[in-house]
Amino acid sequence: MYKIISKEMLTPNICKMEVEAPRLAAAAKPGQFLIVRADEKGERIPLTISDYDAAKGTVTIVTQAIGASSKDIVSYEVGESFQDVVGPLGIPSDFCEKTPEELASEHYVFIAGGVGTAPVYPQAKWLKEHGVKVDVILGARNKDLIIYREALEAACDHLYICTDDGSEGFKGVGTAMLEKLVNEGEKFTQVVAIGPMIMMKFATIMAAKLGLPITVSLNTLMVDGTGMCGACRVTVGGKTRFACVEGPEFDGHQVDFDEAMRRQAQYKPEEADANEHHVCKIGRGR
Amino acid sequence: MANKIARVPAREQDPKVRATNFEEVCYGYNAEEAMLEASRCLHCKNPRCTAACPVNINIPDFIAGVLEGDFGKAADIIAQDSSLPSVCGRVCPQENQCEGSCILGIKGESVAIGKLERFVGDWSRENRPVQAVERQTNGHRVAILGSGPAGLACANDLAKLGYDVTIFEALHKAGGVLAYGIPEFRLPKDTVVQNEIDKIIAQGVKIETNVIAGRTVTIDSLLDEEGFEAVFVGTGAGLPKFMGIPGESLNGVFSANEFLTRNNLMKAFREDYLTPIRAGRKAIVVGGGNVAMDAARTALRLGAETTIVYRRTEVELPARKEEVHHAHEEGVQFAMLTNPVEILGDEKGWVRAVKCIRMELGEPDASGRRSPVEIPGSEFEIETDTVIMSLGTSPNPLIAKTTEGLETTRRGGLVADESGATTRPGVFAGGDAVTGAATVILAMGAGRKAAAAIDAYIKSL
Repeated sequence: MYKIISKEMLTPNICKMEVEAPRLAAAAKPGQFLIVRADEKGERIPLTISDYDAAKGTVTIVTQAIGASSKDIVSYEVGESFQDVVGPLGIPSDFCEKTPEELASEHYVFIAGGVGTAPVYPQAKWLKEHGVKVDVILGARNKDLIIYREALEAACDHLYICTDDGSEGFKGVGTAMLEKLVNEGEKFTQVVAIGPMIMMKFATIMAAKLGLPITVSLNTLMVDGTGMCGACRVTVGGKTRFACVEGPEFDGHQVDFDEAMRRQAQYKPEEADANEHHVCKIGRGR
Repeated sequence: MANKIARVPAREQDPKVRATNFEEVCYGYNAEEAMLEASRCLHCKNPRCTAACPVNINIPDFIAGVLEGDFGKAADIIAQDSSLPSVCGRVCPQENQCEGSCILGIKGESVAIGKLERFVGDWSRENRPVQAVERQTNGHRVAILGSGPAGLACANDLAKLGYDVTIFEALHKAGGVLAYGIPEFRLPKDTVVQNEIDKIIAQGVKIETNVIAGRTVTIDSLLDEEGFEAVFVGTGAGLPKFMGIPGESLNGVFSANEFLTRNNLMKAFREDYLTPIRAGRKAIVVGGGNVAMDAARTALRLGAETTIVYRRTEVELPARKEEVHHAHEEGVQFAMLTNPVEILGDEKGWVRAVKCIRMELGEPDASGRRSPVEIPGSEFEIETDTVIMSLGTSPNPLIAKTTEGLETTRRGGLVADESGATTRPGVFAGGDAVTGAATVILAMGAGRKAAAAIDAYIKSL
């Protein structure tokens, strides 16, 4: 179980893997996530589902190697297996529950940032397959860090590329692109931002300025992912919510991002320590 | 004639030493000690201990086996009623059950029934290797959701009746609360818990981990698509409660569930495991149950100066007496008649203190316990950098939400009758998923009752 079927390095440290997990693949919907535990001693790492194929029995994950655990995940090769992959977790995106009549008048625009670009793909694909108007703003620091370009091109009506340094497409951040498009007359009905917490915060501020509803996908700390530990608690609309079972997607206008960012950094000192002292286990015992 | 000696003490790790490690606190009896303690039993004609046991183990008879030195016989007698003696001998609140009703306890000390049960369970593990049972299944398939005490007990009985049983577990490891909740120093995982699970697998029970009921599969998909004829829901009470006071979102505030899951399931206390844990320099644990004691003693072992904050007095602590005693011995501080009203943070959003209010005991409430009342104007601060909330748990609503026809109570538990039958035919439930947080032995009892009811249900089809 949980064998890696394919692996592709999208950038020097962002890796895309297709993993065998038949039950998960059959049940997954856009917006949901899964948890990977690479080996017996590994952490349970939540990752948004980037694609799923029920017929093949596989799910796709995209991981950025930053900490000790994500580096471990990325170190696995085709043919090797993860110890555990569990899911789907969380509630599917709102649109999965909408009727075709409701969806017909919608025009979605996604703001995808960094590794958050990958989970935009199944959402955009689902919307396009259901005949909904969908555009994607893909932001990266520079052109070499752009991921999922071809996949997204096929899965949406318009793909807008933005880079911080202007090495490709619009020079500036995704939120600035959103403002530009709206000012040019695009009539979006729903914004969805997936990416680093800080990007989602600023996307929400922009959406508020433009008077648009926005959905964000919160990548909080988690242990079990089933509602048991409460590590993922976030304040949404003044109430404590568990991102794992009540999210991960929430109305961005209601989210306390500053608190969420502070809570996300709760184990930073320990993580830095693990990263420094971690003995790489590549190739050992598997 | 019973031997009128004092209760035989069980050997324990030195408190100073064990406060710095995660090895088991109590060593239990050896054969000689067990036989000596067994000689104290009066072998009452109407044993009150058996009546007080939630699964009615024939206690005088198993103790007679121990006394004769026939530990195999003792093990067989326990096995008629309990599938988890090594676990229950360690974690049951014996003082409220068997030992609490022992005649010897009226004037002196009760027979150490828990320690004897543990001895017999451990003897079996060491002397009776787990062997796969060759059995023709009756072809009827039953799905069990959750591999905690309720699910394991239900699976065990159904397998013995010939059913083809599959347990689905959401986490990566089987055992439920035995794996993620109760710490190593009270319940060793690789020996005790794993052996209980191995015994159940040896009965032909299949365990599929990483399957979340309500997400990966649903009760409907199991019944309609996978060919199961009945489902037992033993998913426990997993959702942690918080107090709802200001400051609970500060960094350094954890649920006991998070703290214990990191430590027990993810083995964060071990250098070679990657999951981080933070006990801080000073830890406050809010609550008075077994979970609070477990969290406090875990924080202490991780190096934090630890205080339990509880709104009633030590007499009312719901935890097992032995755990409270052990916590004291190890150096956990107890701030009784104290209740947090706010958690205070520093400028970076980390906990710096807990503002508490002193309490006094007022009139007894409906449950007979005297309810704590705030003393106005008695607020004070306790400096701390970690707060662990251990206020109990409630059932996870996921299954009720994703299954048509399952009714829940106001508190979120599944509605089930005495036999475990829910409001939907073919779906049974038991343990904390029905009652809310309770004990291992009650969950096990409920699992066994449901197994009998499932057997009757399938035969009636």
